[in-house]
Amino acid sequence: MATTAAPAGGARSGAGPEWGGFEENIQGGGSAVIDMENMDDTSGSSFEDMGELHQRLREEEVDADAAAAEEEDGEFLGMKGFKGQLSRQVADQMWQAGKRQASRAFSLYANIDILRPYFDVEPAQVRSRLLESMIPIKMVNFPQKIAGELYGPLMLVFTLVAILLHGMKTSDTIIREGTLMGTAIGTCFGYWLGVSSFIYFLAYLCNAQITMLQMLALLGYGLFGHCIVLFITYNIHLHALFYLFWLLVGGLSTLRMVAVLVSRTVGPTQRLLLCGTLAALHMLFLLYLHFAYHKVVEGILDTLEGPNIPPMQRVPRDIPAALPAARLPATVLNATAKAVMAG
Amino acid sequence: MRSHIREFDSSTLNESVQNTIMRDLKAVGKKFMHVLYPRKSNTLLRDWDLWGPLILCVTLALMLQRSSVDSEKDGGPQFAEVFVIVWFGAVTITLNSKLLGGNISFFQSLCVLGYCILPLTVAMLVCRLVLLAEQGPINFMVRLFVVIVMFTWSIVASTAFLADSQPPNRKALAIYPVFLFYFVISWMILTFTPQ
Repeated sequence: MATTAAPAGGARSGAGPEWGGFEENIQGGGSAVIDMENMDDTSGSSFEDMGELHQRLREEEVDADAAAAEEEDGEFLGMKGFKGQLSRQVADQMWQAGKRQASRAFSLYANIDILRPYFDVEPAQVRSRLLESMIPIKMVNFPQKIAGELYGPLMLVFTLVAILLHGMKTSDTIIREGTLMGTAIGTCFGYWLGVSSFIYFLAYLCNAQITMLQMLALLGYGLFGHCIVLFITYNIHLHALFYLFWLLVGGLSTLRMVAVLVSRTVGPTQRLLLCGTLAALHMLFLLYLHFAYHKVVEGILDTLEGPNIPPMQRVPRDIPAALPAARLPATVLNATAKAVMAG
Repeated sequence: MRSHIREFDSSTLNESVQNTIMRDLKAVGKKFMHVLYPRKSNTLLRDWDLWGPLILCVTLALMLQRSSVDSEKDGGPQFAEVFVIVWFGAVTITLNSKLLGGNISFFQSLCVLGYCILPLTVAMLVCRLVLLAEQGPINFMVRLFVVIVMFTWSIVASTAFLADSQPPNRKALAIYPVFLFYFVISWMILTFTPQ
């Protein structure tokens, strides 16, 4: 980095571009940022080019003016000329320091390279990890390996959001989709991040050998089972089928996560606490996703009066904490068809 | 060189507003043509601009608003939700493709994703026209068909532009979130019914 020692006055005019070039070299060797600048681009836009050009020309102008002013000052060999030079140098150094700090702060916060290693996957790896997330492994004596990647889990969360939205379409409920979208995104991401953090905290209490990234990845891949179940049961509205899938598919993915956690925890009480909590939350979430949206459907259709179907009204979505098992209809028919046939 | 740049600068600054607007509109129109007939070309990437995506997003959001006859609160959140979803979806896909090792710039990717919403905007227009007729299953099937065709067109167009910037073995990983993004927008279009 450039030192703070001021170079001799005579060399001042040449020092500006040199220092500028020195800084550019340091920055250019750094990591990739969200490049608002034209550094890596093979094809920048005219806007970026013009901006850079102007900047460079302005700097050259400033340097040229400074050099011209110094030549004038240099004629008055005296304190006045020297003070002017000194103040200009100080101002210039302060500006350079400020610019360095700003660009360092920018490259620190806009640096997405921190996340780059977690996205270093191949499609074949993602596919195999998806399939493995449904296969519980019985070996619990050695800590099982968890792939620390974020691409798969993130895509699975987004897929779950899309499936939830698709479920609203097939349930024939056209409520204000904006609010539903926000709810769907909030639910899925909230579950992924919130439950991961909670289980990580419990794992910390129970002395389990798992990092936050691994927990995020584990739970994210565990959502694959949820995606499958919801995709099927939103299209085939059979409650018995849903229960079967809930137990089978949901159970398999939960067992896998539980097995991994058990292999990384020591002590029966800790294992029970950790795995019981995870299993309960995971299975209940699937139950909630299926019935929350069905419940909204039933709630809305209950307000329909006869053949004159009024426009859809908003229903307050106060889902009770305990699932009302007694109210679950066991019929095959869609709730819409039921209302039409009743009316 | 300085004087040459000064001339260039003043030449675009002193021209009439109509000239500026027409030039920008022509650039936007040219890119629309590239999206409608997707070939492997560099135009969208080389001279990126965000005017087209803005126009398309605002049009789509305006058309997806319910006619707020019953309550005033309907209109506002709808527009904002569509806007936010389009732009944050595009930003997320861009970040994902950069993290996977793509060598595309941030704004270039935003530009391509925004321009490829054009087929879906056309689908929205067609759906609104179709909805003027009587409702029923045929109505729904027509709209479903139109939306599916335009959805496929959007994906093909964006793949034609974005695929080259990805490492060859990871193209599928980068295209999948694009598929989800356009699926959500198609879902919003398909489930739209005016009050």
